[in-house]
Amino acid sequence: MPEREFTAPTRTQTQLVLRRFRQHRLAVASLIVLLALVLLAFVGGWWWKYSVADFTSDNSVPPSWQHPFGTDAAGRDTFAQVLRGTQISIGISVLVAVFATVVGTIWGTTAGYYRGRLDTVMMRIADLVLTLPLLAVAAVLGHNVGGSWWLIAVVIAGLYWAYVARVARGVVLSLREKEFVEAARALGASDARIIFGHLVPNAFGSIIVNATVLVSVAILLETALSYLGFGVRPPDTSLGLLVSDAQTAVDTRPWLFFFPGLFIILIALTINFIGDGLRDALDPQQTRVRR
Amino acid sequence: MLAYAVRRILVSVPILVIATFVVFVMVSLSGDPLSPLKTRNPPPPPQALALEAHRLHLDQPLLLRYWHWITGVTRGDFGPSVQSNQVIGPELIHRFLVTFRLIGLAMLLALVLAVLVGVISAVKQYSGTDYTFTFFGFLFLAMPSFWFAILLKEAGISFNDTVGNQVLFTIGDSSVYVDGGTWAHITDVLGHMILPTISLALLSFAAWSRFQRASMLEVLGSDYIRLARAKGLRRGPVLTRHALRTALIPLVTVTALDLGAIISGAIVTENVYQWRGAGSFLLESIQHDDAYAVAGWLLIAATFIILFNLAADLLYAVLDPRIRYA
Repeated sequence: MPEREFTAPTRTQTQLVLRRFRQHRLAVASLIVLLALVLLAFVGGWWWKYSVADFTSDNSVPPSWQHPFGTDAAGRDTFAQVLRGTQISIGISVLVAVFATVVGTIWGTTAGYYRGRLDTVMMRIADLVLTLPLLAVAAVLGHNVGGSWWLIAVVIAGLYWAYVARVARGVVLSLREKEFVEAARALGASDARIIFGHLVPNAFGSIIVNATVLVSVAILLETALSYLGFGVRPPDTSLGLLVSDAQTAVDTRPWLFFFPGLFIILIALTINFIGDGLRDALDPQQTRVRR
Repeated sequence: MLAYAVRRILVSVPILVIATFVVFVMVSLSGDPLSPLKTRNPPPPPQALALEAHRLHLDQPLLLRYWHWITGVTRGDFGPSVQSNQVIGPELIHRFLVTFRLIGLAMLLALVLAVLVGVISAVKQYSGTDYTFTFFGFLFLAMPSFWFAILLKEAGISFNDTVGNQVLFTIGDSSVYVDGGTWAHITDVLGHMILPTISLALLSFAAWSRFQRASMLEVLGSDYIRLARAKGLRRGPVLTRHALRTALIPLVTVTALDLGAIISGAIVTENVYQWRGAGSFLLESIQHDDAYAVAGWLLIAATFIILFNLAADLLYAVLDPRIRYA
């Protein structure tokens, strides 16, 4: 059918990406669930009749219409707590992904573009960070900076940028040999223009996929950190802190333990699936062989 | 290869110095190790405070304190501890031995399970079994380690209740008092290890089984496997002898790279099961603002990770003849 070749509508890059993403049904479903969760946490939290600080007269009641997730021993509404914890945990992990991605991308791109001694030194530093048991270092830093949530995010991002740097460097190492970079250089483009105008946009697919996965990794590290007492601290709360408070109540008041845990799993799970879908959409070469 | 190994170790030394220095400074700046003493009521005499500050070299600048730590490492005691009743060196070794027991067994369990599940998933791709394994793989990947560990601990407790006997231990790394000989001690320690090992293993297992599945699928699609089948070899031997052996190699690197994450997982697992291992040592030391102890902990953990990664890289060269280190 030769006509079809000419009548087929042209699709922009964005349309192609969206089309490929939509074909990954699990990723689309995950995106909807995640958006619903985010909406519930950030908007629903304001509308919910109880706030985190409200001490009701119902102590340790199981889930009911009044308190969908039950209450704790002090009479605080667990639903309100979980929503607040979700806000904090998502806030931290998104901030981590943004910080780590920006720093890691600049770091890795610079190292990969200039090669040579600079590359060796920069990647040696990244290797140093990658060698350490992250939770231990995060605990040391978390103890140092105190419990404010954005500082926790900075601490975690300060450990995860090295992963992004590795990925970005790998992509740039192959990109910098491509003809379009040579052409740009021949036209007299500056290093900064080549890096930010040509290399970073072309590495964007891999970087954004990585950033997505980073959100789910960060949420697991943040909750572990808060569980150990070196992350978010009371009076503020996070999903990890809620689980930590409830760990002796699994038997007697299971709702305190299961709801925050399920929220962590749901967030991490949906983000992983979205990352999978994004990989298929943005970075088709990375997609594992499907047979 | 020996020259390569020696060079790798020499390059790691500055890494270790920088890492321990940064952590040493961070811990030193985060709080005053004497504050519990200073806030004590009735307040201790100033001479006692000065003496304690002198013992911890707090009357000297930070750089000099780090130097005391370095000389402490060469002496084997890692400098003075804020907790005056402990000598850091021997205590660290004792605690890490407990933790390595857990890590070693958990990694072994995770590897065996991951290879089994990964290979079955790959061979029966898109079957019900594959989908079930994939589902659980993704679930465990998204599960916070402490949450799962607490859940398993509770399950252990209710199991004990049903049996009416303490079969699974849920607290500590061994009993305080064990009646009987060496054998009783060994079974006691093993009994304490069951649940923590499973908790720690399942998390690495999730990632590794996904990885093993991908690696096996790649090998199964390659030409030499098709050739082996085409020349009339049976499916079984081709899978185990030709495909599996090649598909196992990449797992070596992944295992080594994940070691840091496993140590992090062990810290959490020990905390849930109240083990007195390296994890609790680290957390206590951070809380006491004990810079000497935290830096010592990091030195041992990082050295272990670096050596393990080196061993994995060397093993990789042995397994895959195409890799040569110059």
